[in-house]
Amino acid sequence: METYDIIIIGGGPAGLTAGIYASRAKMKTLLIESTFAASLITTTDMIENYPGFPGGIDGFGLVERFREQALGFGLEIMQDDISEIQAAAPDLRSGWIAIGSQEYHARALIVASGAAYAKLGVPGEQEFTGRGVSYCATCDAPFYRDRAIVVVGGGDTAVQEALFLTKFASRVTLVHRRDSLRATAILQERAFANEKIDFVWSSVVEEIRGDKTVNAVRLKNLVSDRYDDLATDGVFIFAGYIPNTEMVSGVVERDQDGYIIVDDHMQTSKPGIFACGDCVKKLLRQVVTACGDGATAAFAAQLHVEERKGTLYPHRK
Amino acid sequence: MENREDRTAEPLILSDADLDEAIAKYPFLVVDCWAPWCGPCRMLGPIIESLAKKLQGDITFAKLDVDANPTTAQRFSIQTIPNLLIFKNGRKVGDIIGALPEAQLLKELNAYR
Repeated sequence: METYDIIIIGGGPAGLTAGIYASRAKMKTLLIESTFAASLITTTDMIENYPGFPGGIDGFGLVERFREQALGFGLEIMQDDISEIQAAAPDLRSGWIAIGSQEYHARALIVASGAAYAKLGVPGEQEFTGRGVSYCATCDAPFYRDRAIVVVGGGDTAVQEALFLTKFASRVTLVHRRDSLRATAILQERAFANEKIDFVWSSVVEEIRGDKTVNAVRLKNLVSDRYDDLATDGVFIFAGYIPNTEMVSGVVERDQDGYIIVDDHMQTSKPGIFACGDCVKKLLRQVVTACGDGATAAFAAQLHVEERKGTLYPHRK
Repeated sequence: MENREDRTAEPLILSDADLDEAIAKYPFLVVDCWAPWCGPCRMLGPIIESLAKKLQGDITFAKLDVDANPTTAQRFSIQTIPNLLIFKNGRKVGDIIGALPEAQLLKELNAYR
């Protein structure tokens, strides 16, 4: 089994940026992307806060560009689903093994496995997934032409996707547990100005109901404790994230929500394991911060590998 | 429907017009309903192609673009893609919603045998 200098787990903006930096530094680098879990950004119809694209760009298109750029520097990309990380030897100095359908050996690992949309965990959600419950507006919005939709959440994603859904739906009702939006100001302005969007404040979805497909949600007002039924054809859920970090459970330190704890070098609690992007504990989860983290993680991993190989700063010798 | 009498290893390309013919013709047919705007669908595409090759002559795989073929989407109440419609002996027996890894997808398909 050959040993890579750096193995990156995850093919979103953080992982691909780490891949660009590591392969450009001539590290022997492999990026392993999931066979089924797409980077969340690929389900976003429009990103207008990533510098360099004044007209905005769709998420899938942006990630395709990252990928092309990384491949251009010789990054090796494979598809596999990594379920576990193990130390190659008890001293932790011999690198790490990522285990999927086979074992992958590396001197340093970069975990860039991202996050998935959280489920609400209410009755009807599971039952009606794909039958009115959706977590991907760009995928499913066109099936809701001239229909009524509920969007759950109040952050950037929820408001951005609610705006996108108005291109198809006759009415979009945004249900948010707080009494104001957390989304960035320009998105709020657009949402408030959009005649197709209604707001239900301080409320949560308690149950999703339907027959063959969704036909209503039961809402609970958290202030008055009142229950209301709202007729709807679909429920789009953008209320929080779950980090994809099960693979490092028990290996590196995570916070109570499962986000990986890293220092300012993107170093985890274990030497030789770095992490970046949506899966780490941080303030702002955006493409641009994922890229920044990815670059730092790749450089820190490179220093780690060179130190272990005794080749740190060879050009100065 | 393209003429695939030779059972090539590629998924069939179906439309609203020839879906019924395919359902009648193939005893175990899996139709991948997808659209160009859907990121997860584009991930599932290569998996369907791989399974079509491996299970050639056993399970017939097909792709149907729901953007170009809205009748099929309505007929089967499709509200989420990717959506795999599963037909056995001329009848719809189930569906698989969302992108799955190849091994898991194969397991779910085998449950319909």
